[in-house]
Amino acid sequence: MKPRRLGAWLVIVFGVLYFFVPLLGTFEFSLRLLRGVYSVAAYRIVLADPRFAATVTYSTVLALATIVMGVALVVPTAYWIQLRLPRMRPVVEFITLLPLVIPAIVLVFGYLRIYNSSSALPLTGSARTTDLLLMFSYVTLALPYMYRAVDNGLRAIDVRTLTEAAQSLGAGWSTILLRVILPNVRVAVLSGAFLTFAIVIGEFTMASLLDRPAFGPYLQLIGANRAYEPAALSIISFAITWACMGLIQIFTRGVPGQVAGAH
Amino acid sequence: MNFLEIENLQKRFALTTAVAHVQLEVTRGEFVSLLGPSGCGKTTTLRIIAGFESPSSGAIRLDGVDITHRPPHQRNVGMVFQSYALFPNMTVAENVGFGLKVAKKPAADIKQRVEEMLNLIKLPALGNRYPYQLSGGQQQRVALARALAIRPQVLLLDEPLSALDAKIRVSLRLEIRSIQRELGITTIYVTHDQEEALSLSDRIVVMSEGRVEQIGSPFEIYNFPRTSFVASFVGTLNVLRGRVADPARGAIVIDDQEIVASRGLEHARVGDAYSVAIRPEIVSLSWARLSGSVCASRTTPSRWTRSITRGSYCRSGGRR
Repeated sequence: MKPRRLGAWLVIVFGVLYFFVPLLGTFEFSLRLLRGVYSVAAYRIVLADPRFAATVTYSTVLALATIVMGVALVVPTAYWIQLRLPRMRPVVEFITLLPLVIPAIVLVFGYLRIYNSSSALPLTGSARTTDLLLMFSYVTLALPYMYRAVDNGLRAIDVRTLTEAAQSLGAGWSTILLRVILPNVRVAVLSGAFLTFAIVIGEFTMASLLDRPAFGPYLQLIGANRAYEPAALSIISFAITWACMGLIQIFTRGVPGQVAGAH
Repeated sequence: MNFLEIENLQKRFALTTAVAHVQLEVTRGEFVSLLGPSGCGKTTTLRIIAGFESPSSGAIRLDGVDITHRPPHQRNVGMVFQSYALFPNMTVAENVGFGLKVAKKPAADIKQRVEEMLNLIKLPALGNRYPYQLSGGQQQRVALARALAIRPQVLLLDEPLSALDAKIRVSLRLEIRSIQRELGITTIYVTHDQEEALSLSDRIVVMSEGRVEQIGSPFEIYNFPRTSFVASFVGTLNVLRGRVADPARGAIVIDDQEIVASRGLEHARVGDAYSVAIRPEIVSLSWARLSGSVCASRTTPSRWTRSITRGSYCRSGGRR
């Protein structure tokens, strides 16, 4: 074996060990609830817990709402910047990166100050409006990923010429966005959507401080009070995330003329 | 009567004037080419007609109606782009039918019109293919069919053949012209390729630095260029410098040899410096008359210094 190839294999082996040993350890630990035998008892307990189903459902619904809102906000914005305001791109990129720089805890304290029940816009006054606030905060959190994914998708197609071609054929803005632009960045939008899903499903800080029954705080609660169940929950979370990644792969395969966005 | 009228069109960007006082009248069914080098304003003019750019001043009238400030999707103008601009997510048939679907035509009408268009471009069997499954030439034919499907009042083509290889370019050029004649559609064609403009057009508009240099038939543009730019941009020329000997006869002396132009020289006086431009194809080389003409005297074999084979002809040059 050539030295260069050997080096490459060593890096791969190291990478696999680095990622899989903790995972295997967690998995193995999650099976040891019953003394002396491997069993899926921890999984059974977790899945039987009504709070598990309730929090996963809550977070899933919130994730889907976040995706719809994110796509509705980001696709037209990124499209318009590409088409008419290319000079604004650095500014918008900077704004979309802010949620990565500003910690979630700072954001959520800001929300609580601005939208508390004695403010002009008391969003935290009721459970439904707090859900709305949480959804908007998730849109902000997912913005760097969604924007980048969509922007990359838009850069891969000739936005301007496609727009002009559609215009010359009689199409107005809504038709252009829905029938020409969106289908051609579908894969990029899906990438952004799955990343958003993965972020929202495990988010803790915002949901906890806004006191909403999401999956993240539930994960933390179990982690603080149980031994084997948190390991089982971790494995389940990984499975959900990997399922998302798998879906990205399936949807990005064999779609003509389309490019996935940033992962 | 004029079908498309462009009146005193101007387009200024921050530092440059892209289009300056362009005036053009096009009759119904006419094929007009805008010809010029890169940056001469031809594409900007076309984009203003399509509605993608708004003019700084001037007006555009189509069939008597002022469309200067009408948005592009309300102009009923078909456009073909250099990069084809087919929608990648749609099949050929869906691409061709897009404009009709947007106009909410009945499905049966759309189907019939799409078939008609695919027959017109001689690709009747490719309706279910996606653009990426077609060659460049096929894609551009589909783009043409798509633009024509909506029965536009004017067809605009922005360097539609530039991205294709030489052979396809010539055959598609002929096809575009025959389709245009068949449908009788008023067409504005932007190109920097003089051969394309000369072979396709009823009239050519030669542009330079945003201005119209000359408007005329291909014959007029080639044989009677009105400005030195048109003379040098269209075709190849030998430019010889001399002095006027007899303005009324059109006689000019170049290196002690007199040549006589086909027309008298207006506003010229005896002794004025004058340039004579001679198309190479009207010069014939003759061994027998070495002293007879100014060109022959420069072409004795011993003085030939270079020769470039250009396919159907050979370009030779000599030392003075």
